[in-house]
Amino acid sequence: MEKKHFERPIIKKLQTGMPNKFGMKTEYEPISEIDGVSVKDLVANYGSPLYVMSENTIRETYREAHRAFSTRYPKVQFAWSYKTNYMNAICNIFHTEGSWAEVVSGFEYDKAINNGVPPSKILFNGPDKSEKDLEKAIKHGSYIHIDHFDELYTIINLTNKMKERPKVAIRVNMDCGIYPLWSRFGFNYENGEAWEAINRIMLTKKIDFVGLHCHIGTYILAPWAYGIAAAKLADLAVAIEKKFNHYIKYIDMGGGFASKNTLKGAFLPGSDTCPTFDQYADAITTALINSPINHEHLPVLLLESGRSLIDDAGYLVGTVLANKRLPEGKLATIIDIGVNLLFTSFWYDHKVTPAQQFSHHTEDTIIYGPLCMNIDIIRENVQLPPMKKGDNIVISRIGAYNMTQWMQFITLRPNIVLVDSKSKAHVIRGNETPDNIMKNELVPEHLKKFEL
Amino acid sequence: MKLKKKIAVSETGFIFDPTTGDSFSLNPTAAEILNLLKDGKNEKEIKKVIMEGYNVDESTFERSFLDFMAMLRLYNMIEEDEKN
Repeated sequence: MEKKHFERPIIKKLQTGMPNKFGMKTEYEPISEIDGVSVKDLVANYGSPLYVMSENTIRETYREAHRAFSTRYPKVQFAWSYKTNYMNAICNIFHTEGSWAEVVSGFEYDKAINNGVPPSKILFNGPDKSEKDLEKAIKHGSYIHIDHFDELYTIINLTNKMKERPKVAIRVNMDCGIYPLWSRFGFNYENGEAWEAINRIMLTKKIDFVGLHCHIGTYILAPWAYGIAAAKLADLAVAIEKKFNHYIKYIDMGGGFASKNTLKGAFLPGSDTCPTFDQYADAITTALINSPINHEHLPVLLLESGRSLIDDAGYLVGTVLANKRLPEGKLATIIDIGVNLLFTSFWYDHKVTPAQQFSHHTEDTIIYGPLCMNIDIIRENVQLPPMKKGDNIVISRIGAYNMTQWMQFITLRPNIVLVDSKSKAHVIRGNETPDNIMKNELVPEHLKKFEL
Repeated sequence: MKLKKKIAVSETGFIFDPTTGDSFSLNPTAAEILNLLKDGKNEKEIKKVIMEGYNVDESTFERSFLDFMAMLRLYNMIEEDEKN
């Protein structure tokens, strides 16, 4: 007789009335494959933990977003937000779809150039652009989004020694009726600072003023806030036309669209509350089309979405290292994925799914990472089926920020694999070796020898 | 190490503790182990039954069994032997 499958024995207290902090069971099916590639094979071939990116999901999400805007507005251009995920292979997927590059540092600027993006299709954002960075961007004809007056005056000074005319936009912050109000990027709309910056630029006559930019926040769940922002930028565009008889080329609405991840403390899952691309597109394009901007000179609508385009395409595959019982009876499952590899676990209650078959029984579980740090918690309260040492788990929607904000801490960073549309896996960033980490270290002569 | 006499266990995996009014659910493995405990079987006998019926190695069984017993103790369902 064939022996039965052994599931670790579990006992669960039944509670009626008030829901508890562990919530309801969320996982019903295992994630045993990603785009046709078995999770077990991925781990066997590329190790655990392992980042897995889905090319299909990136392309489908991009096309969905582009369609939402391009069916409502005649001139739409996306620019891939490098800081969200600047693995070259990932950037190039967006570039092959037609995306420009949006960069926020000299390092990212060089990365975009190395990827083959024409300099005239790079938007240079961010508060930290060195004089050298600005000089390079001016020389190559990239669009510079000015963040503060110090940067503006650096550019004005550069125009005295360079023959090229800088192409600039200004970053504008404003009250869009939402909290928190992001006032740190660019010039304020309400107090007239933005208008003052525009006047200074226009009066130099040495700079091409091409656009207006805003970045109203991140994970914005209120599409109408973008409508308010677009209307305010349109008002500035009309004022520029009236005073200087000058038409700007583009209005850039930045990024900040929410992804389907669930924010910590949220009552409902992000997949139920996250607005669709159509809702964001509707708010923005309606505001622009209904604005007093001359319809013969409609500016290009630029979008720098990052998180909403890439989050769903990323998975982090890991392995259960151990189970232990905490004194209060709660089960602690330790996995090989720490917060250093999953930075977004500080903001999100990530979806964690076993990679192998499981029964309908669950336990109140806390998921710890492998770091020897008390803060290393991947999920604080989650209902999960019993898993044993060596089982695999898949954490979903991790494509944004984790591969750029990750930290090398006490161990080495793992492989990143891209699964293409033909279910073929490609390593797009190899795992680190001790040499990668230690090659830049130097030990002074007097510290080289010691006796213990 | 015995299950307290008043604890009611159904074959499908529900437990009722009349002293506290609490009820619990069990997965099939836990239900089988609990019914063996109720029949007065000791750890050695339970291990034999489970290892004959399930695809499990000895160390996995032992770790799981110890954890399960700890939970039964936490919920105050076990009467320890006096000599222990």
